Amino acid sequence: METGAGAPVKVAKPIMTSRRSTLLASLGLLVLVLLAWQFLPPALGVPKFIIPTVTDCLAEMKRMLLQEGLVGHTLSTALYTVLGFAIGSLLGAVIGYLLGMSEFWEKVLSPYILALQIAPKVAFAPLFIMWFGYNAMPKLLVTVLIVFFPVLVNVLQAMRTVDRDLVNLARAYNLSRWGIFLKVEMPSTMPNLMAGLRIASTLAVIGVTVGELVGGNTGLGFLISYGGGQANAAMVFNAIVLLTVIGFLLYAVLVRIEERVLHYLPKAQH
Amino acid sequence: MALEFRSVTKEFTTGTGQNLVAVNDISFRVNEGEFVSVVGPSGCGKSTILSMTAGLYQPTRGEVYVSEEPVAGPNAHVGFMLQKDLLLPWRDIVSNIEFGLEARGVAKAERRDRAMIELKRCHLAGFENHYPYQLSGGMRQRAALARTLAIKPEIVLLDEPFSALDAQTKLLLQNSFAGTISQTGKTTLLITHDLSEAVLMSDRILVLSERPGTIVTEIKVDLPHREEPLRRRVMPEVSDYAAQIFKHLKLEEKAI
Repeated sequence: METGAGAPVKVAKPIMTSRRSTLLASLGLLVLVLLAWQFLPPALGVPKFIIPTVTDCLAEMKRMLLQEGLVGHTLSTALYTVLGFAIGSLLGAVIGYLLGMSEFWEKVLSPYILALQIAPKVAFAPLFIMWFGYNAMPKLLVTVLIVFFPVLVNVLQAMRTVDRDLVNLARAYNLSRWGIFLKVEMPSTMPNLMAGLRIASTLAVIGVTVGELVGGNTGLGFLISYGGGQANAAMVFNAIVLLTVIGFLLYAVLVRIEERVLHYLPKAQH
Repeated sequence: MALEFRSVTKEFTTGTGQNLVAVNDISFRVNEGEFVSVVGPSGCGKSTILSMTAGLYQPTRGEVYVSEEPVAGPNAHVGFMLQKDLLLPWRDIVSNIEFGLEARGVAKAERRDRAMIELKRCHLAGFENHYPYQLSGGMRQRAALARTLAIKPEIVLLDEPFSALDAQTKLLLQNSFAGTISQTGKTTLLITHDLSEAVLMSDRILVLSERPGTIVTEIKVDLPHREEPLRRRVMPEVSDYAAQIFKHLKLEEKAI
């Protein structure tokens, strides 16, 4: 009997401690890596222009803020990441739903969709610069293109696997084609759509970066190629860190939205 | 409202181009307020009968009549329920029950009222704002019945609604379904492979043969308490009826 009464407390405690210990271990690892980064390269005699230390990077970050207009570059990259992500995923979702409703067009277009999906989208960047010049258009297009496919493919896949019995039930209840789409098919595809958007969000940063690397004079991608040209490794490191932060924030926002949208799915037990 | 099949044959073309006769020349009638079960071996076209009554597809030959009118498409007088509850996971229970009313021009407030009435009738009061994943299998099936009844169908089609449930839940749910159905006086067609379920719940049982499905025989269940299968269950005649169906299905020959 005694063990029975004590059990719930014992169950609750390890979960709390395990959560705290994973957090502590994660932070400890970060500190370890930062320390190694700070002290190992000088100890091994690696020159600063190859691997700058943490403090070098921080100093360079301050200089970039004051002299290179870092805020403007970062905001520009963030803006085009979000814009490209929004346009690309909207197009991907709309076309995914349209193809999902027409088996004929899906079959007609699927080999080309596959081909375009396999083609490395970033390789289109120089073409877009030839066509549209050194402005924001090429990087936006690369981003839209790279974001488009994972969303399209996920939505299409989900449309194919909507429960036929649910659709029949809706038909028996006299729902129109549009009603079936709105009330059964689209909500059924939400988990896949959200998964597609999450993948797309990580790709959006790559699209913008490549667009900025190839041409243009704004954005973190530009700072990477500029810093690389000057053999300023600290600048490149800083730009990479900021790009990662942008991608991470976009991803985090999507995870929050997903939790809201898919609240009706039972939570996985850990 | 009565349901009638007049010499109905349904053929399908399979993926390999072959013609498959699901049901062959079936005729039967379910009178108003009657509870009729269809039993038969798996793959005998039981579900085909249901889909044709619901108007999801048309017979190849013959006709299906609902209250003396031929069925030409999905129709408002028929409500059906499957083994799967088919609740929409993103809607709470009360909105799920309203689902069938939304395309039928019922005003929002009335939809909610009717849904709440059915919810209470199916013993789900207090669960209206729960989501399907929070309910047990038996409760989900009750919610599906509430959704089916909310459209005020004249005919209720049940396609093995209890077969995915555990034995005890099944008994309780059969009892609660039978009570609800007799209380509302609906004409009901139950498709099942559970012989005792058919005996416990129906006025009449149609026994189907293997594919192509034809009606082998018709058995009238002459027992009281249709509205309470748990009381019927203890009657000695039940096993006689089940044995009779068993014989007609020629199950001994298949037992090796």
